[in-house]
Amino acid sequence: MKHFDVVVIGGGHAGAEAASASARRGARTLLVSMTRAGIGVMSCNPAIGGLGKGHLVREIDALDGVMAQAGDRAGIQYRLLNRRKGPAVQGPRIQADRRLYREAVQNILAQQQNLTILEGEVVDFTLGKDGQVENVLLADGSEIATRAVVLTTGTFLNGLMHVGDQRASGGRVGDRASHKLAARLADVTQGRGRLKTGTPPRLDGRTINWNVLDSQNGDDAPVMLSFLNRQPLVAQIACGITHTNEATHDIVRSNLGRSAMYGGHIDGIGPRYCPSIEDKVVRFAEKTGHQVFLEPEGLDDHTVYPNGISTSLPAEVQTDYVRSIKGLENAVILQPGYAIEYDFYDPRGLTLGLELRALPGMFLAGQINGTTGYEEAAAQGLLAGANAAAVALGGQNMTLSRADSYLGVMVDDLVTRGVTEPYRMFTSRAEFRLSLRADNADQRLTRIGADLGLVSTLRLASFEAKMQNVSAARDILQARRVTAAELSAAGVTMAPQSGSRTALEALVFPDLTRVALEAIVPEFAAFEAEEKDQVCRDALYAPYLARQQGEADGLRREEAAEIPTDFDYEALSGLSRELSGKLTRVMPRNLAQAGRIEGMTPAALTLILAHLRRGRRVRSVAT
Amino acid sequence: MDTIFALASARGKAGVAVVRLSGTAAHDAVVALVGDLPSVRRAALRRLKWHGELLDEALVLIFAKGASFTGEASAEFQLHGSQAVVSSVLRALGEMPGLRLAEAGEFTRRALENGRLDLAQVEGLADLIDAETEAQRRQAQRVLSGAIGRRAEQWRRQLIRACALLEATIDFADEDVPVDVTPEVLGLINGLIAAFDREIAGALVAERVRDGFEVAIVGAPNVGKSTLLNALAGRDAAITSSVAGTTRDVIEVRMDLGGLAVTLLDTAGLRDSDDEVEQIGIGRARTRAAAADLRVFLGDDAPDLGIAVQSDDLVVPAKDDDGSAGGVSGVTGAGLDQLINRIGQVLTARTAGSGVLTRERHRLAIISARRAMESARGEIQSAQHRAEFAAADLWVGIRALDMLVGRLDVENLLDEIFASFCIGK
Repeated sequence: MKHFDVVVIGGGHAGAEAASASARRGARTLLVSMTRAGIGVMSCNPAIGGLGKGHLVREIDALDGVMAQAGDRAGIQYRLLNRRKGPAVQGPRIQADRRLYREAVQNILAQQQNLTILEGEVVDFTLGKDGQVENVLLADGSEIATRAVVLTTGTFLNGLMHVGDQRASGGRVGDRASHKLAARLADVTQGRGRLKTGTPPRLDGRTINWNVLDSQNGDDAPVMLSFLNRQPLVAQIACGITHTNEATHDIVRSNLGRSAMYGGHIDGIGPRYCPSIEDKVVRFAEKTGHQVFLEPEGLDDHTVYPNGISTSLPAEVQTDYVRSIKGLENAVILQPGYAIEYDFYDPRGLTLGLELRALPGMFLAGQINGTTGYEEAAAQGLLAGANAAAVALGGQNMTLSRADSYLGVMVDDLVTRGVTEPYRMFTSRAEFRLSLRADNADQRLTRIGADLGLVSTLRLASFEAKMQNVSAARDILQARRVTAAELSAAGVTMAPQSGSRTALEALVFPDLTRVALEAIVPEFAAFEAEEKDQVCRDALYAPYLARQQGEADGLRREEAAEIPTDFDYEALSGLSRELSGKLTRVMPRNLAQAGRIEGMTPAALTLILAHLRRGRRVRSVAT
Repeated sequence: MDTIFALASARGKAGVAVVRLSGTAAHDAVVALVGDLPSVRRAALRRLKWHGELLDEALVLIFAKGASFTGEASAEFQLHGSQAVVSSVLRALGEMPGLRLAEAGEFTRRALENGRLDLAQVEGLADLIDAETEAQRRQAQRVLSGAIGRRAEQWRRQLIRACALLEATIDFADEDVPVDVTPEVLGLINGLIAAFDREIAGALVAERVRDGFEVAIVGAPNVGKSTLLNALAGRDAAITSSVAGTTRDVIEVRMDLGGLAVTLLDTAGLRDSDDEVEQIGIGRARTRAAAADLRVFLGDDAPDLGIAVQSDDLVVPAKDDDGSAGGVSGVTGAGLDQLINRIGQVLTARTAGSGVLTRERHRLAIISARRAMESARGEIQSAQHRAEFAAADLWVGIRALDMLVGRLDVENLLDEIFASFCIGK
């Protein structure tokens, strides 16, 4: 029997990151995928990043993961969203060439040391005498011994695809679903649920009348996904924009009963923020048109992804409504849109390291945890892979906080609150949004990643060099005092008598331009743009960060106060029955999570903390 | 970590009231109030001043970091036990950056977190904390069932709406959401600022004296009670004539007297009368006057009118048209201002006795929410339109209101966004 430290099941975005992270930490890792060609496939829209999502991509990159690097090798259009707002809410986003992206992921994994890739279907696993995962069993009968497993099944677990009233088992078009593993998993753990997601019909770009449509170009100064890249690596394209109209809506409305979703064929819950065209027509009946982005799927691919009209209507209705849209009058559908239902497991059954509490050694990442999106999946995969390696090798666990990353926010949301619809990252989910910027993900995470052995020496050296320069640039601004008169002359609106300040402090004035600043402090101009940006952005948010720092410190301290899983809330005198019942059900991992439970009072938290301290004292006396 | 402060002794009038501060800014706050930092663990007598105004003379105790109850830099003020003094000091502290009113149990909690609390006492502490919880629960319910709670809930909804609009432009910049949400957001913010202003203005007077005080004007017939009432009210509320016994029923006039909501009661002249109607009026006058918060006896001496003169009651010479007798005249207005002042003083002293601190906490929350609104408005109106800054300010406002009505969940916000806009391209 073959033996691996970690087995990753699934080669999607979560699986690729998990396998890479585990191998980077030095664990002998096996990635099992149903098809080798399916590794790194973008099943849905050909885009990566965005708001909240772009932040996750940068965090993955800061930890030396796969997604940003692969994305840059495939990026055929770069746009920094919210460019006109502040840097904290700007998110890098790309259109990706599907083939280039897939190949980039496969290349990166092929070059990864400690990583073996195997084509096959995992159908079962066995448990050791302590209940931990021991062996995984493949469909061909072979068995692999392991210490930890990362399960990234995406939509494949009991996947069921719907087009109108037609339904077919499958993980996505052209791929079969995973039923045996699904059944086995349902045996050993609780909390199974169903979610759904949808895709639009794919169009033949040669049949689209681009001439009558608006187009959207990428940014003039493209911002890369990876900290290590400076400019696009492949040719750049534009997207088309069109709109649905009343005729489109009439067609959808009169065929609602034939939609899988509205015809009652689907039980799973879909996301509100990615509504199907059926949803849009029903829920926002007063709107006379919805935007549709026509996204080319690749440089040498005619397929176009019409973003905004996902559906589960019958194929012929899809043709009708597509052709009612301006510019698509003669469009040919290459593949009809469909909805897909799949199994997920209540993520409240997971630890903050994404390990199933009921099944030690089994880690879950991606859609199986109720999330949606490539970026959400990939980020979880990285965390799960890093922790699976820790279990296998006895290394340090990786946990992140809401105060240091979007990944920390996401995992905490998942394991504390669970999901009621597919979970997507938003910047508004991060209470420390102003400090969790996409552009400072490296400053937040690269050293953490390096300590865990996730980050290559190359990246670490590049990061340290950058930080040295950033710090030198900051010192220069700190050392130079500028008078109000100088600033007024540079176009800053302020009272000329208002004294002097350091050039660094002067950066809080939004109307102080970079050019004006560099005219006042010429030595600053010598640094690289990215380094100067860092200094300026940090200074811009400094007053707000100081305000948030206290809250962040408080949060970290509360997170550090861990509550054992066998903590007996019933035994606390002074805790209301209602609260102790709630606490017993939710089982918060630490004081911070307990504090987020509805109805929690400061006094109750104090009580818990007091007993935690006492417990520790008793234990330390006993040993 | 925030520096926290709170009244450490019981509420209400007392000989001494102790206000405690703990946290990194505690010693700075002391310096800001008393001008210097007294040496640690030595009682020092100091004058507390804020914005040039003397608040009180107090004993100041300084505790160094690592040698205090909480383990943090701490200080205590032993103030004169007047609610007005305590309230002014808490207000001053609340205005300092980085300081906030402690939550229930927070000093104890910090002591625990810093390992300062004797662990042998932890068992006993549970009971103490329990008592705090109970008090907090009762307080929360009182707030929630009252007008403030309902209003706060309404403000909070408006804040969440404003926040959702802003967040939609941030998180869904690439989608079909209305681009210019500024007018609605500004409208909401301006409305909230106006509401907070009303509340802050009202907090000092109307809120503390929610239902108003009753002040009865009593005296012998025809001493000028009704004339005085009319002069105070600025209108002819009561019929006046030279005929003794003109006023029969109790006449009520609600008015703002020296900043206090007061219901003035004009009563029938107190005398023995054979007139049946007048007798009923006199009976009512005695009953109402006895139950009033304060009585103003019009007449030269404290007359024997069948109503006891209680402490604080005012006895004022009547018909003192030229003000020479230190009395009052409704006809010429002589002595009116002095009378108003005296009534105001007596009633203000009484308001200090009612649960000021609870309301002070609310007032501080509203002031902090208002400050956040103003900052948000500035960000939205600035040329740069920095939505994320404005959103951060709105969150501060929401957290301030959370003190009144529980927590906000980010899901509320997303609910609002998804209910309002068609998100998803």
